[in-house]
Amino acid sequence: MIIDINFVGLIITSIMASAVPLILASCGELITERSGVLNLGVEGMMIIGAISGFALMTVTGSLFIAVFGAMLAGVLISTIFAFLTQTLITNHVATGLALTIFGIGISAMIGKNFVGIPGKEFPVLFNSLKDSIPFLSPILFGHSIVFYFAFALPFFTNYFLKKTKIGLIVRAVGDSPESASNQGINVRLVRYACILYGGAMCGLAGAYLSMIYTPQWIENMTGGRGWIALALVVFSTWNPIKILIGAMIFGGLTIIQFHMQAMGVRIPVQFLTALPYIVTIVVLVVISRDSRKIRLSTPSSLGKSFYKDN
Amino acid sequence: MRLPLRNLECLWGEEKLIKIVKRDQPSRAIFFLTPILAIFLTLVAGGLIFYILGFKPFEALKFFFIVPIADNYGLSELLLKATPLCLIAIGLSFCFKSNNWNIGAEGQLTFGAIVSGGVALLFYDQEGFYILPIVILAGAIGGMLYASIPAILKTYFNTNEILVSLMLVYVSKLILDYLVVGPWSNPEGFNFPETRQFSDSARLPLLFEGLRIHAGIYLALAAVVISWFIFYKTFLGFQMKVSGFSLKTAKYAGYKGKKMIILVFLISGACAGLAGVGEITGPIGQLHREVSPDYGFTAIIVAFLGRLHPVGIIFASLVVAITYLGAETAQIFMQIPKYTGQVFQGMILFFLLASDYLLFFKFKFIGSKK
Repeated sequence: MIIDINFVGLIITSIMASAVPLILASCGELITERSGVLNLGVEGMMIIGAISGFALMTVTGSLFIAVFGAMLAGVLISTIFAFLTQTLITNHVATGLALTIFGIGISAMIGKNFVGIPGKEFPVLFNSLKDSIPFLSPILFGHSIVFYFAFALPFFTNYFLKKTKIGLIVRAVGDSPESASNQGINVRLVRYACILYGGAMCGLAGAYLSMIYTPQWIENMTGGRGWIALALVVFSTWNPIKILIGAMIFGGLTIIQFHMQAMGVRIPVQFLTALPYIVTIVVLVVISRDSRKIRLSTPSSLGKSFYKDN
Repeated sequence: MRLPLRNLECLWGEEKLIKIVKRDQPSRAIFFLTPILAIFLTLVAGGLIFYILGFKPFEALKFFFIVPIADNYGLSELLLKATPLCLIAIGLSFCFKSNNWNIGAEGQLTFGAIVSGGVALLFYDQEGFYILPIVILAGAIGGMLYASIPAILKTYFNTNEILVSLMLVYVSKLILDYLVVGPWSNPEGFNFPETRQFSDSARLPLLFEGLRIHAGIYLALAAVVISWFIFYKTFLGFQMKVSGFSLKTAKYAGYKGKKMIILVFLISGACAGLAGVGEITGPIGQLHREVSPDYGFTAIIVAFLGRLHPVGIIFASLVVAITYLGAETAQIFMQIPKYTGQVFQGMILFFLLASDYLLFFKFKFIGSKK
């Protein structure tokens, strides 16, 4: 059997494309979690980003406004979460769930008038180079700017957390809010900022889905990607570079499922669709089995409210 | 202490000073009053949303919350929706009280429906008094089996139960989809994605002729009574409470943590499974793709709104059930999208959590600054 090298390149490209929203959302959530906040509202923030981006693009026609509007929408909705968990000291898990339920409801409400409208084409970069090198060029060239941003993001995030002072502050706040606070760091402010940043990234992830990946609005179009992004953060043991690997694995599962269907493999389609979810569980089990490793890499105050009594 | 909302001082001007003070003990009265406050705030915010959408707020709220339950049929529908919500929320309260975040009740409901539906299909051409009990039991077992997955993974493999139970929701819906499209689809059904109708012996009896409310409500009421007994009269209930407050204390007291985790998951799985049985042997009467309009997720809100208290959950399930009916009515009469129901559900939980602030803090009038 002869394998067309360009075809392999195309498959890798499609895997990367489906990994983009996962990378964006996971990297955002990773920063949030590193500051000690568990925001389970990723799915809700993504879907809000998806509808905001699509709606703004349809109404204003400007891709720039649409992308930034989607990020802003993510920020706005995560402000609710930040206000509740940080100022009113509510339970992170319950608030995150409320955010997801609320987000899905609101997005469907706004999206009612945008169902069935075709999306706009999103400009791609380096399109002229697309045929220059076999195999490599479809992988490297001819993608949207969000695509390149997503693949650079884990490295930036890694640098930010490990090499910058603000990154150190974020980690300190997540690992020991009491000590950080005693050092004069405003824990609440840092956590607010990290939550809003997470919201912006999830909004961008949603916008990528509705504007670039499948340019249209479908209700519930995130389809559990937000939850997989959350699982990816655990999978990565809070290390941004490993998010890249995890997202490629899950992107691969999604793509393989399409190709297996196309090749007429005799497996019920529902089992292939269930594959990413089942693999998530298996991967979580494998990663979490080593409880010491998890304990060492989890931000110590993850999901715990911090309240300074003065 | 200084108030976290520092700007609040400005609201009262310079002369008076209002401080936010931490309560020594959470206020018990406020514990049960805040849900009412949350519902009120949700109505206000809901009215505001309707206003923004261009409707008359009061009229819209009337269509949403009063019109749907104005007649006997409406009341029956209300109880029909409240029954599964109450049942699942009771089960979830076991988990939440003991600090176990089972958020996959929707999956446990679906799997319970699959198992009990499978059993009901075995008897599709038979009649007999023994069929219904077997079907109900099968549903409870199905729910328990499905809930045992996150429980076992949590206890023996240290795996996060939130993510596992949630992933299993998607899996269960795909299993159901596979079954009703493929092997279990009705051979005489023209390829519709649904199974045969169950025999009458596998259906829960209706309570009133012409209304859809069925005997499943007794299951919910039984769950309320039993859970009240377990929570407040047994050692297990006490252990759950202690573990909920502090896992360390529970460990120190020598409670068998793992056993308890598995037990509370099994209880909540059984309740969700029973809710699934109630749906398919009550109003639906067969298996098809959509056995539940996200009852499993909504029940999380019900459990919190009811303050994880069995009686509170009854009231909460009725309140939240209205959002389902209201959304349908508002869609028909005012063309308000039906997702408004979900928006309301999310808002109730937001406001409830926010008003919890009053549980732990109080506003204190300090007096004149001059």
